Amino acid sequence: MGINRREFLRIAGIASLWGLGGQAAFEILKPGAIEAQARAPLSQGKKWSMVIDTRKFKTPEDFQRCIDACNKTHNVPKVANVRQEIKWIWTEKYENAFPDDQNQFLPESMAHKSFLVLCNHCTDPPCVRVCPTQATFKRPDGIVMMDYHRCIGCRFCMAGCPYGARSFNWRDPRKFLKEPTNPEYPTRSKGVVEKCNFCEERIAKGLYPACAEASNGAMTFGDLDNPNSEVRKLLKENYSIRRKPSLGTQPNVYFLV
Amino acid sequence: MFEKALSGTKTYFSWIIFLLIFIGIGFACYLYQYNEGLGITGMSRDVSWGFYIAQFTFLVGVAASAVMLVLPYYLHDVKVFGKITILGEFLAIASVVMCILFVTVDVGYPNRLLNIILYPTPNSILFWDFLVLNIYLLLNLLIGWNVLAAERKAVAPPQWVKPLIYLSIPWAISIHTVTAFLYAGMPSRHFWLTAIMAVRFLGSAFAAGPAFLILLALLVKRLSTFDAGQEAINKLRNIVTYAILASIFFVLLELFTAFYSNIPGHKHAFQYLFFGLEGHNKYVAWTWISVVAGCLSALILLLPLARKSNAWLVAACIGVFGSLWIEKGLTLVVTGFMPSPLEHITEYAPTLPEIFIALGVWATGFLVLTLLYKIAISVKLDPNSASIH
Repeated sequence: MGINRREFLRIAGIASLWGLGGQAAFEILKPGAIEAQARAPLSQGKKWSMVIDTRKFKTPEDFQRCIDACNKTHNVPKVANVRQEIKWIWTEKYENAFPDDQNQFLPESMAHKSFLVLCNHCTDPPCVRVCPTQATFKRPDGIVMMDYHRCIGCRFCMAGCPYGARSFNWRDPRKFLKEPTNPEYPTRSKGVVEKCNFCEERIAKGLYPACAEASNGAMTFGDLDNPNSEVRKLLKENYSIRRKPSLGTQPNVYFLV
Repeated sequence: MFEKALSGTKTYFSWIIFLLIFIGIGFACYLYQYNEGLGITGMSRDVSWGFYIAQFTFLVGVAASAVMLVLPYYLHDVKVFGKITILGEFLAIASVVMCILFVTVDVGYPNRLLNIILYPTPNSILFWDFLVLNIYLLLNLLIGWNVLAAERKAVAPPQWVKPLIYLSIPWAISIHTVTAFLYAGMPSRHFWLTAIMAVRFLGSAFAAGPAFLILLALLVKRLSTFDAGQEAINKLRNIVTYAILASIFFVLLELFTAFYSNIPGHKHAFQYLFFGLEGHNKYVAWTWISVVAGCLSALILLLPLARKSNAWLVAACIGVFGSLWIEKGLTLVVTGFMPSPLEHITEYAPTLPEIFIALGVWATGFLVLTLLYKIAISVKLDPNSASIH
């Protein structure tokens, strides 16, 4: 096979930029911007999912770029006390991200590798099952949402989540925010639970999730129900794993290893 | 009848003032927590439930244990319990009040607590727990108060109370079963994910609750002229004996499954409790105190010791209550979070304000208990109210 659609769009994008402004255009646009531009805007999805190509994360900066993009977009507070941190997307070692998949003879590259972890937006989410007020709920398109105004802060969802993907605002999060905050997304109050929302507010505008956009193509977002989507293509062509599949929660975040 | 709580000896009022001081301190600490958030507690991202929920869990058991008097008395006509059934029901009221308070101080947004009923969520066990606990409180208030009022007038309780009494029997079982389900249905929490959680809860509750009732009955006998009767105490003792044995047996069953299956996730929590895990051992001493106290108390109860002297019985009851308080009021909740779903171990210890808030809630429970017992005993000792028992 020749080049795929994505590659074609990329080359087409670069070519047109060269045509428009030559080298100057490259200096203006940040790395990764070209790729983002080359993607078709998101249309309606039936089952949103994320494919993380762990092979494309090489340096600590590769992870940090994605984490920072998320934190900035969602005003995620930087809590000094690590025990009471707020984490939407963060890194874990293989043994922590995939504790059920241990092997004494894992390749060196895997054993010491970091993995980006975030809410899996499970198809059958235990957090939604246990929430007594429907403050956490699943949308028809599969995104597991938090209603910060409905949450009573019982933290049942935190006990229920088998992935540690939820954080509680033990103190007023606004005290830990660096100004200026992103006015497009609300800040939270103390006493409520929060978590990754798959950038539903960006998807609504046809934009890709902030982390995926910052990942230089290492994170791919799309509709699992669409056989022609990028995510489906990646899953078809690569071997992928999910976190704790034996629990039956059906995570919608896939890792290519 | 309430006026009976307003007169009493100097000791009675000193005790009330003593409790009020603790309630005051607890309330002040709660105001601090309300302003600062739950960040003032020892809880964390990894251990998201702590001392409050553990107290709640333990006290649901104490509340449920009233059924150990109600059931024999009303279903099997065990007449000796007639005199003290009310004490069991009033203990249940005080316990449920504490349960509700412990949940209230534990939530991050207490002013939204009513969302539980405004948006009823049948798939959430917490919704059902809220429901069964409040109805159980109502049942015991209605039953206890009406039976006592009837006793004061030396008439039979109104007819409509009878079905409520029968309903309260399965209801007591339900409150502790539903509370066990809060834990027993969570994926990836191996320590809690066990089908015998509900019976384990009932076993320990039927030991701890009646043990506490024996202590209360003996205390009341010392402080007033009201005597529950040795026969009733003996029957309660038998209940405690079998329940603590069942409780120990259930823990052994858990240990067998964890260690014979050899599945790491199932073993970790028990290793953490008994020996410490990767150097983390905050609860090892507590666990062994609980094990030793529980087993020794069971032995005292089995041997003729506790049958011969009430001093031994008191020691055994303190042992049973203490052992099970450690098990459910301290270690059961915390250990469920060890290790975290990401295999990290974050230890937990309550902070001082957290402990004072908990003490404040306990003091409130004791205040409710004292007032109710004062009323009940005054009615029972009143020469003008001929007892029907």
